[in-house]
Amino acid sequence: MTGTLTHLDRLEAESIDILREGVAESERPVLLYSIGKDSSVLLHLARKAFHPSPVPMPLLHVDTTWKFREMIAFRDRTAAELGLDLVVHRNPECVALGINPFDHGSAAHTDLWKTQGLRQALDEHRFDVAFGGARRDEERSRAKERVFSFRTAQHRWDPRSQRPELWRLYNTRIGPGEGIRVFPLSNWTELDVWRYVERESIPVVPLYFAAPRPVVDRDGALIVVDDDRMRLEPGERPRVESVRFRTLGCYPLTGAVRSTAATLPEVIAEMAAATSSERAGRVIDHDRSGSMERKKAEGYF
Amino acid sequence: MAPVPTEPDLLRFLTCGSVDDGKSTLIGRLLYESGRLPDDQLAALEADSKRVGTRGGDLDFALLVDGLTAEREQGITIDVAYRHFGTARRRFVVADTPGHEQYTRNTVTGASTAEAAVLLVDARAGVVRQTRRHTHLVGLLGIRRVALAVNKLDLVDFARPVFDRIAAEYRAVAAGAGITEVSAVPVCALDGDNVVTPSPRTPWYAGPTLLDWLESVPVDDQAAAGPLRVVVQWVNRPGPDFRGFSGRVVGGSVRPGDRVVVLPAGKRATVARLVTYDGELDVATAGQSVTVVLAEPVDVGRGDLLAAVDDAPVPADRFEADLIWMDEQDLRPGRQYLAKIGARTLGLTVDAVAHRLDVTTRERVAATGLRLNEIGLAEVRFAAPVAADPYTRNRDTGGFLLIDRLTNATAGAGLLRGELRRPTNVRWQALDVDQAMRSALNGHRPCVVWFTGLSGAGKSTIANVVERRLHVEGRHTMLLDGDNVRHGLNRDLGFTATDRVENIRRVAEVAGLMVQAGLIVLVAFISPFRAERELARGVVGSEAFREVFVDTPLPVAEQRDPKGLYAKARRGELPDFTGIDSPYEPPLDPDLRIDTTTTDPDEAATLVIDALRAAGIV
Repeated sequence: MTGTLTHLDRLEAESIDILREGVAESERPVLLYSIGKDSSVLLHLARKAFHPSPVPMPLLHVDTTWKFREMIAFRDRTAAELGLDLVVHRNPECVALGINPFDHGSAAHTDLWKTQGLRQALDEHRFDVAFGGARRDEERSRAKERVFSFRTAQHRWDPRSQRPELWRLYNTRIGPGEGIRVFPLSNWTELDVWRYVERESIPVVPLYFAAPRPVVDRDGALIVVDDDRMRLEPGERPRVESVRFRTLGCYPLTGAVRSTAATLPEVIAEMAAATSSERAGRVIDHDRSGSMERKKAEGYF
Repeated sequence: MAPVPTEPDLLRFLTCGSVDDGKSTLIGRLLYESGRLPDDQLAALEADSKRVGTRGGDLDFALLVDGLTAEREQGITIDVAYRHFGTARRRFVVADTPGHEQYTRNTVTGASTAEAAVLLVDARAGVVRQTRRHTHLVGLLGIRRVALAVNKLDLVDFARPVFDRIAAEYRAVAAGAGITEVSAVPVCALDGDNVVTPSPRTPWYAGPTLLDWLESVPVDDQAAAGPLRVVVQWVNRPGPDFRGFSGRVVGGSVRPGDRVVVLPAGKRATVARLVTYDGELDVATAGQSVTVVLAEPVDVGRGDLLAAVDDAPVPADRFEADLIWMDEQDLRPGRQYLAKIGARTLGLTVDAVAHRLDVTTRERVAATGLRLNEIGLAEVRFAAPVAADPYTRNRDTGGFLLIDRLTNATAGAGLLRGELRRPTNVRWQALDVDQAMRSALNGHRPCVVWFTGLSGAGKSTIANVVERRLHVEGRHTMLLDGDNVRHGLNRDLGFTATDRVENIRRVAEVAGLMVQAGLIVLVAFISPFRAERELARGVVGSEAFREVFVDTPLPVAEQRDPKGLYAKARRGELPDFTGIDSPYEPPLDPDLRIDTTTTDPDEAATLVIDALRAAGIV
């Protein structure tokens, strides 16, 4: 009976089902790996879904050169230890122009490095099915996102032309140049992810755990000074505070939270009592109301 | 009250109601009161409430769930949204579906994965059209437990008679839709009465609050109690030492040692192991994703179904099904669609629409097709036999999608009722001697060589030479000739498009049986339509099917005219004659093409036999 399966068991089984379906019906699948906790869970589920076969697709990391150093180290270690085929893409135009959040602003930085970078990588490798770790509970517009989300040949998302999804049946048929973003974690919540990380002992980037880190205040967010590219105000000196992250992105654009939760049980306890939502630390989401919906329409992951 | 379990389980439910019933407000309040609404979302809610709220600056909970910008501006929900909240007892996934009548497809989509439903009515309006509509849709999709939230009770002064009258009326509607359990709850979503905590304003009500009901309604998946079904999604073959079948258990449970039948082929096998990343399992139940390893080296592929030997579905191609149409383009009988059922995608034709269902009155209305958001009963025909269950028995093996071949859109959804034209007490008999064993005895592999081409192209002549030579070599063969078969098995069929299809279907079935018997079957049929040849390939199975295009230009065939048929057709005495007034669709990618203007029958036969040798058949 279903009653013997816990909600984590059911979520896991559903995600595995989605991963298998997406891979079986794809010519060139890829797993979008952003190094965060959701990506770690997604990768773990992919290993489970195809066991004893290896994960039958490469990992793609769309790098912005502004990620935390610990993230990059974790990424390379994970790929090496698990013997994964890792593809790293950096938008060559951004590299040439030196796009950064200080001179160009968070919106342009994110669009050029991430949105355009992802489009370039998908086109270059002709990936037709891209798995991502997005969850419906992250943001209001994601609540209506399909598990199999269709993108036009121009990578656009049209909320009015998405296909109805019934039962566990996914219509995966696409035309030339079109693609599908598949979200196996659609029905997971942030707390589910952390409980699963604990249950399965899944390695995550140490930045999720509290430690003394050098911080400065920027527009109400606590920004960790990860390297000497951080623009400091005249006379400004980073102070050391015990902080951790709930979500990880480009370090100048990701706010830390004050915390002493240095272990997984402490993080989960803090989460269970939390009163702010996960993406509150993302500077880019708050540009304008409805901004995630707009970014998605343009092809943002 | 049930004890709090150590690990919460999961309930998926659907909410539906009319536009102004206060559904979004109710869900917003459930999220607000049961879960923890994060500070920043609360701040955004306060800001939004002041800016676009309809509550004069008070918290407008509806804004929590009306997600997309377009909808918030229009003040309506236009799509299914999924929300999450949880208590110590349960996690909930809410499918929030809009109330507008034209969005039947959204209600159906939300209901397809739900185990229970919360239906809202406005206490002032009672049971309305929309209520009946939603109830019938929810019932059709297989939901058996419904909570009726009688909302806005404050506007009728919490009057018990109003509540009792609505509850009684609704129970009658629900019973007609096959809903077995109705729990009516008096609610004021705006103020939170009986949503999470019992209301002092309804002292006459002793039942559960809405959240109590949600926490205690049984999540019993009837598929789990039914016979074993495993949908094979992916053949797991990391190397020569391991071959497993990765898929999801969608019915019953499976253990090592269980005898299963692989459908639609009908071969029997024994479950050797249930492999997962976390080790081997002693048992896997409905809902679990596993990799099944069989003891015998049977052929299993994506889309196959593993079923309990003592309770397996009979593979069939024609079914009666309820169809829900979801596309702007009308459903047209006779048009070719694709169907996705389980992990299989194959051709499907809707032969006829028996009637349309008026979901408000439950009346059957005569119809020839279906338009967007209409529901009807239809006869459908899959391009090859599928192993399926009635939807009421198992949602995963009885529900399917209809896909438009040109746009790739999901055009509709289907719920199988039962097979057509076969008494339901006929079961598929699993047999102990299978095709592989028969062909081992024969010393060659069986196959169908399908000769297609114009009348007079030379199909029968070439096939005859091929058979003679194979016979000399000691091969077991059979030649099915179009004319000969029409004297017996197919003598009731003429030459209309419909009869031509049936002609080919029967011959393909017979050829398929002969392949099962281990024979090399030579079929010499004009078979002018690609779709029918594909159908034949589907019936026989791609591996054993070889298409030979006997390519003779029409003028050449007409000049030969060995039976005088072209002359007759030209005189108008033979209607629907292929090449004259009925088209011939040449194969796009035949296994072998024989140009009879440059190849004589003996050379042609050599080409065919060489191809069979190259394929390892003889």
